[in-house]
Amino acid sequence: MSEFLQHLVNMLVLGGTYALLGIGLTLIFGIMNVVNFTHGVLYTFGAYVMFIVVQQIGLNFFLALPVAVLAGWLLGAAIELTLLRPLRGSDIDTTMLVMIGAWIAMQSGTLWIWGGVAKSVATPFPEAPLVLGPVSVSWLRLFVLAAAALLILVTYLLINKTSLGRAMRATFQDHDTASLMGVNVDMIYTSTFAIGSSLAAAAGALLGPVYVIFPQMGDLAAVKAFAIVILGGLGNITGAVIGGFILALAEELGAGYVSSGYRDAMGFVIIIAVLIFKPTGLFARAERVG
Amino acid sequence: MTRALGLVPAIALATALFGGAVQAQTIKIGVNEPLTGAFAASGTYVVNGAKIAADEINAKGGILGKKIELVIEDNKSNPTEAAAVAEKLITSDKVPVLMGAWGSSLTLAVMPKLMEYETPMVVETSSSGKITTTGNPFIFRISPPSAVEAAAFKGIVDKLALKKVDFLVINNDWGRGTAEDFSKMMKDKGISIGLVETMDQGAQDMSAQLSKIKSSDSETIIVTTAVDQLTLIFKQAAALGLKKRIITTGGSQNPDQIIAQAGAAANGTMHLTTFLPWFPDKTPNPEATNYFISEWKKRGFEFAGCTESFRGYDGIRTAAAAIEKAGKAEPAAIKAALWDINIKGLNGDIVFRKSGPEGKESGQSQPNVYLIEINDGKVEMKTL
Repeated sequence: MSEFLQHLVNMLVLGGTYALLGIGLTLIFGIMNVVNFTHGVLYTFGAYVMFIVVQQIGLNFFLALPVAVLAGWLLGAAIELTLLRPLRGSDIDTTMLVMIGAWIAMQSGTLWIWGGVAKSVATPFPEAPLVLGPVSVSWLRLFVLAAAALLILVTYLLINKTSLGRAMRATFQDHDTASLMGVNVDMIYTSTFAIGSSLAAAAGALLGPVYVIFPQMGDLAAVKAFAIVILGGLGNITGAVIGGFILALAEELGAGYVSSGYRDAMGFVIIIAVLIFKPTGLFARAERVG
Repeated sequence: MTRALGLVPAIALATALFGGAVQAQTIKIGVNEPLTGAFAASGTYVVNGAKIAADEINAKGGILGKKIELVIEDNKSNPTEAAAVAEKLITSDKVPVLMGAWGSSLTLAVMPKLMEYETPMVVETSSSGKITTTGNPFIFRISPPSAVEAAAFKGIVDKLALKKVDFLVINNDWGRGTAEDFSKMMKDKGISIGLVETMDQGAQDMSAQLSKIKSSDSETIIVTTAVDQLTLIFKQAAALGLKKRIITTGGSQNPDQIIAQAGAAANGTMHLTTFLPWFPDKTPNPEATNYFISEWKKRGFEFAGCTESFRGYDGIRTAAAAIEKAGKAEPAAIKAALWDINIKGLNGDIVFRKSGPEGKESGQSQPNVYLIEINDGKVEMKTL
């Protein structure tokens, strides 16, 4: 029983970060319909910004987090302006190829600048964990969970309760009509991609200090993000959050009670199962046809 | 544009010809190591150690009147890449001997290529038993197989009063091989084996496996993986309040990096290692060890990397000694000469003995194995 409780707590802290990874991608992949292969690199980028700001510049850990989010926002805006804007209207395959190219170029760039040896970031949290009966969890992970919850809430409100969010949803539903209604469509494309990117960078900035930071860290994270988005339904923020927790639960229980060797395969198993049985995702809204 | 592109093959050809002319002046040794991916830290250290050996040899005039040249390729911690890199080094760079490929799965992937092109390889790190028992006569290993590690560890299990152990190993030939060899040795000693948990080589979150181990009735965990994952395991074990004795194997722990990155979580952990840079006087070859460590520091590398990089140093010296003995830089002659060398490695004499099926034996040297313990952020030596 105590083992099961520990698995549940692990699932909660892991699920929160998976949800954060998922919502950034669901904005770009789900709403903008761009298969964003740079999501993993943006995650890595956020982690390296933390490394630079905390370890090399020596700024406070908590001040470094917004810096990483802002840096992710700027990099995302730059990608949209230089790569995606000239390609707007071209088919999804072309965009996908360009994004794969950007992924490889940025990952190699990271390797070139920082080398392949993993880096770690010091945090202000105590090393001794919080112990509650049979269950134990690190303070850093609790902080990451809280920060992720806050970012998810802010994103949800932004998309569903603000005029920017309304303009975003309108633009990607019907680009021409939104334009006729006075929405600055170019600005919406850039800001959606930038917001999605800043969320990826935020996930990296929060998880980098939990784990270690290296150029390929984003690859596995990106695979998981895609699994979460497919699981939750494209463009569905609530779906991505629930998807994140389902993936974490599958991994925890899979490793705990089935076989730890297949832990990271759980994401792929979920993608396959969802695509077979419910290809629009578990929580997809009914899509209007015609 | 078309004309500009037309120049590219011409330039490539010129480079190849010019390069060929330069290369004739050197003797090449192929180095096949993971410089990116999950084992980047370890592979980079090995390559840096290899460079120290090459520079030392070249400063003394090289071998057979020529300088040696390391042709270093990145196998990306990926077995498929490791095989491709070996093929490239042999067929395109024409290296007569290789050193590699760090991980057991990487080395095992390279081995058929060695048979195909009849080129010998000095294996500097891999510890899976399979490497020297499957009948590949082009393999010459200077690192201990996991059975040798297990045998060295056998002497201390009574002192440590081991009763029941769990395993947490990397899910590849290295980890699974270690779990097998250590389980066998421990069962002979009457120790019971509990869980055998595995983790993917790129995995960053081992909380699920550790939670399972936390609830088991064993008192000791044997952990086998490389330094980056070890750091994460110690941190995550501490976060879960797991209070069992942790012993690591494999010699890729870089204890100083663990102390720096895992902090207090590393205290009380024990590590089976193959080099003692903290106690040069206790190594089999103190003079060479001191030279190596001072050269390592002079180049500004982190001291933590010594426990890994010394293998690259020894590996290149082994290959160079064989080329010198062979009298020519040809694969068949080097392979024959590897059986006759006897050099003073940083961790014991490097002399190859036959291992594996008769008629196609691999070479296996017998390095020393040590047990160290981290206490208050310091490395202490335990007697085995």
